[in-house]
Amino acid sequence: MSTVVREQHGLRTGTMAQALNLALRDAMHADKTVHVLGEDVGALGGVFRITDGLTAEFGSDRCLDTPLAEAGILGTAVGMAMYGLRPVVEMQFDAFAYPAMEQLFSHVAKMRNRTAGKLPLPITVRIPYGGGIGGVEHHSDASEAYYAHTPGLHVVTPGTVADAYGLLREAIASDDPVVFLEPKRLYWGKAEWDPAAAVAPIGKAVLRRPGTSAVLVTYGPSLPVCLEAAEAAKAEGWDLAVLDLRSLVPFDEATACEVVRSLGRAVVVHEAAGFGGAGAEIAARLTEKCFHHLAAPVLRVTGFDIPYPPPMLEHHHLPGVDRILDAVARLQWEE
Amino acid sequence: MTVLDHRNQPAEADTVPGWRPGATAPRTDPAPLLPDAEPHRVLGTPAADAADPELLRELYRRLVAGRRYNQQATTLTKQGRLAVYPASTGQEGCQVAAALALRPQDWLFPSYRDTLAVVARGVDPLQALTLLRGDAHTGYDPRATRTAPLCTPLATQVPHAVGLAHAARLAGDDTVALALLGDGGTSEGDFHEGLNFAAVLHAPVVFLVQNNGYAISVPLTRQSAAPTLAHKAVGYGMPGRLVDGNDALAVHQVLTEAVERARSGGGPTLVEALTYRIEAHTNADDATRYRQAEEVEAWQQHDPVRLLEDALRGRGLLDEQLVAGAAEQAEQLAARMRAEFHADPEPDPMSLFAHVYAEPTQQLREQADRLAAELAAEAEVQGR
Repeated sequence: MSTVVREQHGLRTGTMAQALNLALRDAMHADKTVHVLGEDVGALGGVFRITDGLTAEFGSDRCLDTPLAEAGILGTAVGMAMYGLRPVVEMQFDAFAYPAMEQLFSHVAKMRNRTAGKLPLPITVRIPYGGGIGGVEHHSDASEAYYAHTPGLHVVTPGTVADAYGLLREAIASDDPVVFLEPKRLYWGKAEWDPAAAVAPIGKAVLRRPGTSAVLVTYGPSLPVCLEAAEAAKAEGWDLAVLDLRSLVPFDEATACEVVRSLGRAVVVHEAAGFGGAGAEIAARLTEKCFHHLAAPVLRVTGFDIPYPPPMLEHHHLPGVDRILDAVARLQWEE
Repeated sequence: MTVLDHRNQPAEADTVPGWRPGATAPRTDPAPLLPDAEPHRVLGTPAADAADPELLRELYRRLVAGRRYNQQATTLTKQGRLAVYPASTGQEGCQVAAALALRPQDWLFPSYRDTLAVVARGVDPLQALTLLRGDAHTGYDPRATRTAPLCTPLATQVPHAVGLAHAARLAGDDTVALALLGDGGTSEGDFHEGLNFAAVLHAPVVFLVQNNGYAISVPLTRQSAAPTLAHKAVGYGMPGRLVDGNDALAVHQVLTEAVERARSGGGPTLVEALTYRIEAHTNADDATRYRQAEEVEAWQQHDPVRLLEDALRGRGLLDEQLVAGAAEQAEQLAARMRAEFHADPEPDPMSLFAHVYAEPTQQLREQADRLAAELAAEAEVQGR
């Protein structure tokens, strides 16, 4: 992995969208091989403005407005990466990435392996993902399990503004392909952060809140929900820890197991459908590795096993504080 | 000014006012992009007399060796030495001539039937077969000969070629990419997206469709309703060329022209080569279920090796030395294939974990340890 050069910007207050934009700008300044491409990333600056100003600053060769075709965008990025560039691809919305799945699964994920390391593909695939913004059909899918199930891909998702900047810089610098899932509903949340401050690398989970009773294991869009639930749980006598995985692949088993073993109780929280979801993998793994330390089964709080609902109903689907607290109550396991 | 600030020069401006997006911009005349009504042919015509004798000899030697390679590889599948082999018998002219139209700095993006093109790029003939033998996904270093891995999904290599050509152009290099695919591949979305990107990006890339009549069992009439596959080029705004794919010299001429046009900034070209797959799709296919023997026989009368032989003979170039030398080279290659593939390969089981990520994950390290322990236990049992 190449070293990430962090520019000195100083402490600032900003949104996750601004942090991502700065990460792209800084990465393009630091490394001339970084090229951004996607539909609407140029003059418009992306529908979420994550690529705002990049074409003006770096030119249309470095930030390229492409024809509207996701397989073509990602397939073109494969060839660019084969020639030595570091493409950063924008998929406009989570469900719009599906036409590019074949390129992602059959080529991006496998090229290093099938060429015995001769053609690594340092591609970052940015995907605005998840619900909670009132998007209509095809604009709110939580698709992380598809990517996490495909060997050869890294799958990361930031839950804080600082992490959005740091993780994206790490993703672009990574010599492996990274699926970078951007929680849409966190785009506009402001926080104070310092781009020059180091963040944990890809593959390292971070304990966002210590606790003594149980741990909520989560990532991306569900992180603020879990932190809120942990605060609310105090009234019921629970002191909940919150572990932010940040990266599903690689999965930081060591940190997760350490926390779960010390507390004995864990709830995995994500908004994607539960069946065959990332939570199923995490719960199974924690149970296998920490069985004798568990005072209760590892529980899951997830979205329902339904196609993403219409916006008027999505609040019933997305795990909220109450549903998490309900699961925490069930951790008071009695035979 | 960036590389992408370019405009295709239209043949003439559209002076007719009317409603359409960008109505003030000149409309491109499609006529110069249209393929000729008849496929381009050289062998058997007076034009063949002007061809470089050494090029003709080189094509001949490679076609003879390629024919033998196809035969031997097919035999190896019957002996269980190759998992599968999609023979290119009858299409040797396309593959060899296409690869020879490239320069060393160019990149080839082959599909699974294009082993002869891969070999013509300089890949070791046996390394080109490891995928089909089943011991490695790609047996050669793609960078060494600028030859991408044999691509199994249809047409997905097309955008790769476009992206590489685009990147090369941005770098200021005079590199061209050539993507090979079959008639079936032109129905895939990635073919469309790749050609559209190539034209919009004005990328130095050439697409060669080897139209061999069938996508496994589905004939061209059920594959496409276009007048020819070369006509598809016009819809993307690039020239389409139609060539007799069994005329190796014609393919070489058309491809060389398209490659050099791309190299000099002229943008992409779509070439359709009309050819025929004499053998079945692979050794696992039964071609008698979907095509008639008369059709195969008719194409055998238009064989690429014989067409070239006739041309060489016509110019007095087919001497005993050339014939014997080509046959000898072909037999040596076949003998080497038999010898090499007689032994079962012994790939290292631990290589399974070697190149999944730049750094293996904790989970992969644990799985590698588990496999190593299993292998050690196995070795211990066998050692007793």
